[in-house]
Amino acid sequence: MSKSNQVLEEITSKEYEHGWTVNLETDEAPKGLNEDIVRFISAKKNEPEWLLEWRLKAFRQWQKMVEPKWPNVTYPAINYQDIIYYSAPKQKVKPNSLSEVDPELIKTFEKLGISLTEQKRLTGVAVDAVIDSISVATTFKEKLSELGVIFCSFSEAVKEHPELIKKYLGSVVPMNDNYFAALNSAVFSDGSFCYIPKGVRCPMELSTYFRINAANTGQFERTLIVADEGSYVSYLEGCTAPMRDENQLHAAVVELYTMKGAEIKYSTVQNWYPGDKNGKGGIYNFVTKRGLCAGDHSKISWTQVETGSAITWKYPSCVLKGDYSVGEFYSVAVTNNYQQADTGTKMIHIGKNTRSRIVSKGISAGKSQNSYRGQVHVMKRATNARNHSQCDSLLMGDQCGAHTFPYIDVENNSARIEHEATTSKIGEDQIFYCLQRGIDEESAVALIVNGYAKEVLNQLPMEFAVEAQKLLALTLEGSVG
Amino acid sequence: MNYRTMLSIKNLQAKIGEKQILNGIDLKVNAGEVHAIMGPNGSGKSTLASVLSGREEYEVSGGEVDFLGKDLLELSPEDRAREGIFMAFQYPVEIPGVSTINFMKTALNQIREYRGQQALDAVSFLQLMKEKMKLVEIDQSLLNRSLNEGFSGGEKKRNEIFQMAMLEPKLAILDETDSGLDIDALRIVANGVNKLRNKNNATIVVTHYQRLLDYIVPDYVHVLYKGKIVKSGTKELALELEAKGYDWIKSEVTVA
Repeated sequence: MSKSNQVLEEITSKEYEHGWTVNLETDEAPKGLNEDIVRFISAKKNEPEWLLEWRLKAFRQWQKMVEPKWPNVTYPAINYQDIIYYSAPKQKVKPNSLSEVDPELIKTFEKLGISLTEQKRLTGVAVDAVIDSISVATTFKEKLSELGVIFCSFSEAVKEHPELIKKYLGSVVPMNDNYFAALNSAVFSDGSFCYIPKGVRCPMELSTYFRINAANTGQFERTLIVADEGSYVSYLEGCTAPMRDENQLHAAVVELYTMKGAEIKYSTVQNWYPGDKNGKGGIYNFVTKRGLCAGDHSKISWTQVETGSAITWKYPSCVLKGDYSVGEFYSVAVTNNYQQADTGTKMIHIGKNTRSRIVSKGISAGKSQNSYRGQVHVMKRATNARNHSQCDSLLMGDQCGAHTFPYIDVENNSARIEHEATTSKIGEDQIFYCLQRGIDEESAVALIVNGYAKEVLNQLPMEFAVEAQKLLALTLEGSVG
Repeated sequence: MNYRTMLSIKNLQAKIGEKQILNGIDLKVNAGEVHAIMGPNGSGKSTLASVLSGREEYEVSGGEVDFLGKDLLELSPEDRAREGIFMAFQYPVEIPGVSTINFMKTALNQIREYRGQQALDAVSFLQLMKEKMKLVEIDQSLLNRSLNEGFSGGEKKRNEIFQMAMLEPKLAILDETDSGLDIDALRIVANGVNKLRNKNNATIVVTHYQRLLDYIVPDYVHVLYKGKIVKSGTKELALELEAKGYDWIKSEVTVA
């Protein structure tokens, strides 16, 4: 075994640092899924009748659907009757302020480096913390409401702003859009809701932090962000889960809606538990994320750094309906050990003069498989549509795989579509060059990988970029063969 | 051992796979000296440079190397660099997305950490960089670009010398630094090297051609042939080689 392979062994066997659990008393639904469970969840959340009906409709549609088999991933069949669909940390009363939140919960988030105590926060980031099935706290709510910005948990939004939820829920991702979206629509438990009123530029980053804690539980959250005319918001999403031997399902739905001249920037650093180095355990991350540029001159930008999960199945997409609307997708997806990722985007050009840009950087190490799957679709009336796609793959070692599946459909002759792709390998030569300058192997890999992913990392808000860089280094250090 | 002795190589043998390349090299380099290693293609010049810098493809099968009182062969490549060995590569590699500035900051601070020094703050680093840029006549725009990506041959070599200036090594090994350079680039690179020479450091220049030695004047010239130093002399030896060609050495060795 060469030295670099040894280092690879040592470092890739590094433990997942968020693998701990806390003992929270939970309030759970029995295992399995049927109409009664859907009713149970709805009742737990004191939901109005219309929402229960919506859920049941989704559930009935889901029963008729089949799990997609086209992604380039393999996993044993999921027994949907063996999952707990609702689990909430037990709290005697619904907290009205942070001081009433269970201290164990606050500690949980502090362990993650997320302080829910507003005065302790140095950066201007408002956080909605979601643990298992429910949102436990949202910070900076008052300050935001002065501007008319609504930022709260999904359940709260259902109660406080039913007209907005009724109008936009499922408007971007229909309940029967796909198997996992339908499942989510039936059993979703919480998530974040955000509304930015006309002409408001949200003064701070809004952020949701997701944490799966309970065992045998699936997490099905929903995020809905609506940006009214001329508004702007930057939104961050982070996630972790404990180390467990069994696989856990995460099937979320994120809907973004921008009106005329509005812009949403959505950033994710996904760090779900990826399973151990032999491929045991880990999160199945089957997520539907889509944005609708409904108004002219609106813009949606997705940035994702995907380092976790045993399996990732996710295609944050933009439907460019408004004329002159812009969609962007920046992605770094890292897989190591036995992780599998099938991720990419869809850019659907409907309006005239719409533009989209895709920058995807895949990094595969260990025995992992990393696929980019992207679709660029220019519809008939989308004159002068422009797209530029760049898909790069970086391989580390000789046992991993990188795959690219680009789909391009053009129905309008004025479209201009560009697609570039590269595949490269971190070379012994690059590493040696760094070593010879006194840089150790771990730092060398971090340097090279961060350089490779720079274009995407640059899109992240400052505080997230630092976290993402560290995470990339941690996931990959020494993975050179 | 003389206190001025920097590098002492005794009977060094090395192979790659089953192929023996170095067949017992003896060489002593003192502080303040410049040694040129010359020889025909395949004589083992670059292998010697690689073995000294710690490339793992080469297996050392015998001999010893002492660098300032330390067993060099026991040190990892990064520790050799931190102890003060610098290699200017014949083919500097590209590292996309990493600027020379960022690269040097990482390197310098790791070396400083190894030596128990504090990391340089941004201002001091910038000052040092400006000073060295001037010394080796390199433009900052080049240093902001991704390391070696899209650089011309001359730019790559000049960048190597800039890095050498930044890291201030005790022993610099220039591996075929003249290859691929036109005469102007050669002069700039050589000027840089000459300015960095002092009584406390030493340089090993590995080259096939004499012309680099017109600019970097060596104190000693060694001719490597079939993995052994077959002839040593002063700079006149290089001129003689230029005039007579390597066949002269080959025949002389065969006769002997």
